Amino acid sequence: MAEQALEVANLSKIFGGLPAVNGISLSIAPGERHLLLGPNGAGKTTFFNLLCGDLKPTQGSVRLFGEEIIGLPPQKRAAKGLGRTYQILTLFPQETIRRNVMIALNGLRPGKWGFWSALDNNEDLAAEADALLERVGMSDIAGRVVSQTSYGDRRRLEIALALALSPRVLLLDEPLAGLSREERVTVQRLLDTLPRETTILLIEHDMDVALAFAERVTLLHHGTLVATGSRAEIAADPRTREIYLGA
Amino acid sequence: MRRFIPFMIALGLVALLPLVSPSDFYINLASQAAIAALMALGLNILVGYAGLTSLGHAAFPGIAAYLVAWLSTRGGLGPGPAAVLAVAGTFLVAGLFGLLALRATGLGFVMITMALCQIVWGGAYRWTSLTGGDNGLSGVPRPFGDMLTPTTFLWLCLIVLAVAIIQIGRFAESPLGVALRGTRDQPRRMSALGYDVWRIRFVAWLVAASWGAVAGLLYAWYHQFVSPHMLAVTASAEVLLMVVAGGAGTLAGPLLGAALVVLLKNLASIWIDRWVMLLGATFVFIVLIMPDGLAPGLMHLRERFRKRMASPTIAPPLAGQERIDG
Repeated sequence: MAEQALEVANLSKIFGGLPAVNGISLSIAPGERHLLLGPNGAGKTTFFNLLCGDLKPTQGSVRLFGEEIIGLPPQKRAAKGLGRTYQILTLFPQETIRRNVMIALNGLRPGKWGFWSALDNNEDLAAEADALLERVGMSDIAGRVVSQTSYGDRRRLEIALALALSPRVLLLDEPLAGLSREERVTVQRLLDTLPRETTILLIEHDMDVALAFAERVTLLHHGTLVATGSRAEIAADPRTREIYLGA
Repeated sequence: MRRFIPFMIALGLVALLPLVSPSDFYINLASQAAIAALMALGLNILVGYAGLTSLGHAAFPGIAAYLVAWLSTRGGLGPGPAAVLAVAGTFLVAGLFGLLALRATGLGFVMITMALCQIVWGGAYRWTSLTGGDNGLSGVPRPFGDMLTPTTFLWLCLIVLAVAIIQIGRFAESPLGVALRGTRDQPRRMSALGYDVWRIRFVAWLVAASWGAVAGLLYAWYHQFVSPHMLAVTASAEVLLMVVAGGAGTLAGPLLGAALVVLLKNLASIWIDRWVMLLGATFVFIVLIMPDGLAPGLMHLRERFRKRMASPTIAPPLAGQERIDG
């Protein structure tokens, strides 16, 4: 079997007796777009937090391209190519959009320890930030402070920050949450431009966008994996209707 | 470097104070303010940039002052070597304290820093054979022999302060400084981006402690005497007040706050017995009208003044009017 981008084995997180994530095993192939489905409280975000290292699992293993990452702190996992976005916007609100991206670009470089030259004087980094902002269609507002931007712009910046690390595996936690229909289209276009070198695991409730985007789907309920398979299989599975659509 | 020009002009003007001062009193007051400003600048790295409120910052100037005092009175060292060892010793203790304090943030951090400083205070107060207890250590020799008059001592303090302003000012805009503010606002995001949040905070802690240690040296040389009072909770709280009143997270704020506290403390106490009440009232006043502190508050005022100058016929719209218009 070819090496999986992400290989999760028997991963559990128990919050004081309540299993939020209960023995999930899941393989995601390189380049795959994989959608995590499940009603609120299914354990999707907890699952992400276990993957990226914000939470310590009660048990289980997570391999990133064959390498065990459980036990590593979040910054080491980032260095190994795991990127993520947050359901609740997690930006630097008092900095400009360009600076937000510069901070993100610097995260895995030794230059982040520089304490004498100003960050803004690093022209190479600023140019790189502008190139990334061009890619996500935000170069016209690069100089704006985040707190003065629209919610839709912030959602795109949320993704841009994760892209700055050129992650091998990207975890997207509800990238469309709270967006208007027009804004959804811009984010959807952005997601479609992401290269196949990046494997994507997505949590999203907008079924139109999510199902169009993902080839494979996993259904979670009460922290357990109910079904995993191709888009068509899961869409046809009666349990999906039962659990997710509540019908 | 252009943004440092106003600071250097201000320090330059203070350096000219001996020309107009009728007595050494005001010159010494300026030296005290400069030493206090050095402590406040250091603490501001933690409170303003790292978002870590410490109520134990007096530990660093305190330890350095005690070390330099002990080494140069009882330890038989010259002021120079004693100073170097004192700063190095404070740095080591700060490293140890950092390992303990940085396990927590928020209220936990406040309590641990206060407790650590209290331990040092307790040692200074009770370990009489080493520290002189409540009597402290007196007769601390100054460096540079007879060259240090009130005027030259002020200049020494101002030079050190200028170096601190430039170092901390550049740090604040550097990748590490920006990252430090990132750990204040979004620690989770920072670690997801590859930043080691703990290590960044630890470095900031050591920088803050180092400037505290330098301030402690100047303090010991200024008073030529150290006592447990400089390690008391009130001493830490006073530095914290300087930072908060002046404006945490700004470069000018700690300087303004330090000047305000030292001036109020020394000048008001001449006229009023209950000067502490006046100090309290001043802080209440600042918090009420400038909740972000003096430096941001004054900037805000200047902005409004400018706007009014630019369009003299149009008064800035009031919130109430806007509501009626809308």
